[in-house]
Amino acid sequence: MSYNINNKGYYGAFGGAFIPEMLYPNVEELRQNYLKIMAEPSFQEEFHQLLKDYVGRPSPLYFAKRLSEKYNTKVYLKREDLNHTGAHKVNNTIGQILMAKRLGKNRIIAETGAGQHGVATATVCALMGIECIVYMGEIDIARQAPNVARMKMLGAKVIPALSGSRTLKDATNEAIRDWINNPVDTHYIIGSAIGPHPYPDMVTKFQSVISEEIKWQLKEKEGKEDPDYVVACIGGGSNAAGTYYHFLDKEHVGIIAVEAAGKGIHSGESAATSALGKEGIIHGCKTLLMQTPDGQITEPYSISAGLDYPGVGPLHSHLYKSGRGEFYSATDDEAMTAGLELAQLEGIIPAIETSHALAIFEHKTFHPDDIVVISLSGRGDKDLQNYIDYFKL
Amino acid sequence: MNRINQKLQEDKKLLSIYFTAGYPNVDDTATIIQNLETSGVDMIEIGLPFSDPLADGPTIQASSTAALKNGMTSELLFEQLKDIRQSVSIPLIIMGYFNPMLQYGIEAFCEKCQAIGIDGLIIPDLPVDVYHSEYKATFEKYGLINVFLITPQTSDKRIHFIDSVSDGFIYMVSSASTTGAKVGFGNTQTEYFERIADMNLKNPQIVGFGISNNETFTQATTYAKGAIIGSAFIKHLTKNGVNATDEFINTIL
Ligand SMILES: Cc1ncc(COP(=O)(O)O)c(C=O)c1O
Repeated sequence: MSYNINNKGYYGAFGGAFIPEMLYPNVEELRQNYLKIMAEPSFQEEFHQLLKDYVGRPSPLYFAKRLSEKYNTKVYLKREDLNHTGAHKVNNTIGQILMAKRLGKNRIIAETGAGQHGVATATVCALMGIECIVYMGEIDIARQAPNVARMKMLGAKVIPALSGSRTLKDATNEAIRDWINNPVDTHYIIGSAIGPHPYPDMVTKFQSVISEEIKWQLKEKEGKEDPDYVVACIGGGSNAAGTYYHFLDKEHVGIIAVEAAGKGIHSGESAATSALGKEGIIHGCKTLLMQTPDGQITEPYSISAGLDYPGVGPLHSHLYKSGRGEFYSATDDEAMTAGLELAQLEGIIPAIETSHALAIFEHKTFHPDDIVVISLSGRGDKDLQNYIDYFKL
Repeated sequence: MNRINQKLQEDKKLLSIYFTAGYPNVDDTATIIQNLETSGVDMIEIGLPFSDPLADGPTIQASSTAALKNGMTSELLFEQLKDIRQSVSIPLIIMGYFNPMLQYGIEAFCEKCQAIGIDGLIIPDLPVDVYHSEYKATFEKYGLINVFLITPQTSDKRIHFIDSVSDGFIYMVSSASTTGAKVGFGNTQTEYFERIADMNLKNPQIVGFGISNNETFTQATTYAKGAIIGSAFIKHLTKNGVNATDEFINTIL
């Protein structure tokens, strides 16, 4: 079985482009050009130069000694938190801003949940001198205040999404509506491996630098390219897609996804899409999503703004349904505890999104010889207030 | 013959009205339809509300949210409409997003539509290509016309493809925008209307988005077979209730 996208834009039964006709010219323009543009030597050169000199790649693959001892296995952390702007999100925004420039666009829109993608987008727009508008749910604006301030300082306009649950789903709706209203000069930088084809594939390919580096870094450290497991948290699934990418067809590498269970999978306040979702259409993509029997999209919940999304990228739906991926979910409490533990064992404060991936040790026991690579997708600076409130620090 | 095709043969400019089922009150659906027919409207689009209506502006977003809060569902809409053909003969179209229909089951949904006497569907997020390869046969089996949108950005080649797949009318979106009444059409619209009129398509066109009064209705129908009003009518419903449709329709025609 192939876990890559097929020529119709599907991963197995999932993907496609279920978009209103108003979006067709833009999405089609992108579909026809993205692979061609990405293959251009000048694009590759500029992309890798920026990843190196501006983002600070390669990000270290760090052997977490004390964490490994505690869980009696070999844990490596892929330090995306050390990237410029503090998360993996910038890998994608660098790629997409270069894409937008080559498509002749001069206005950028984006949605954001935790604000990491918004900051990463505002950053590359400042870098290129391009106008930037970021849609963010009103609730998320309140719980991720430091990132809102950063976006503003970078010159972006932050527009609150006031509809629905006022979180990531609704910010995405507003960004899509903006694109409908500005069909010629605007590029929409989607922040996760979601949306209509070709977005999930394009975002995955830009993020695949994560697993590309893991391979040679692990070869240096362990004498072999392939770990036994790769682990990542899943909101829409971009850090996960990048972490899995080069291992998808290597069946001896276990793929582990951790979703946000919120207050518990069956509490009614959760974002554990694979457990609770059913096949349907969200944001132009056929995938698993949380919905009512009548097909209305359900409002999710997670303490983590970046995982608070009722759908999941089509690659991950395919990994789940095909059995290629092992899917777990961590509750708010499990994630917060795992985040604190990393801080105190390794001196690294992770983003709350990332803390969900670290909670894997609550759910799965690894063999002492296993090499487990965890995507440390982001740093916790933006979440300090949430950690302080939660632990009464 | 399908009621939509019959209506399109009449020698007049057509006025089609959109409203959201379940709004303002959950049980208003049949009343609004009956009142619109009495007011002299030619065609009705019954909006099946969706939680995340991507192509809609604030007015229809708000009516959809309210309708869902009122308890509207696909099943309830079918229940409300089951005897509608005993009181009206106007062409009826259901306009809604694809996910609720997918969850109901496309074949079951189409079968229900036929049983009730629904004539067609408008599904903004079901692209013509997917419809053509996966669903056309089912829609046709139940005698349903599926209506596609075109916009000022749609290429001539794609318009010809849409024309070839369509068997009723083409929904011509007046400008690149989400739904919601804005005032007046400019040169860009006139050029676009003329460009489409000159293409001599097999299907007549009905203009939607941005039609809100007699002036915009007249401008649109100078080139096209008819025009559709949505947001402006919903605003009128919000302000004046379900029994003042005459008042609204008289300002248009
Ligand atoms: C640090 C971090 N990790 C993970 C995510 C989740 O997104 P994705 O699943 O696309 O990687 C986010 C989203 O905001 C994030 O900021």
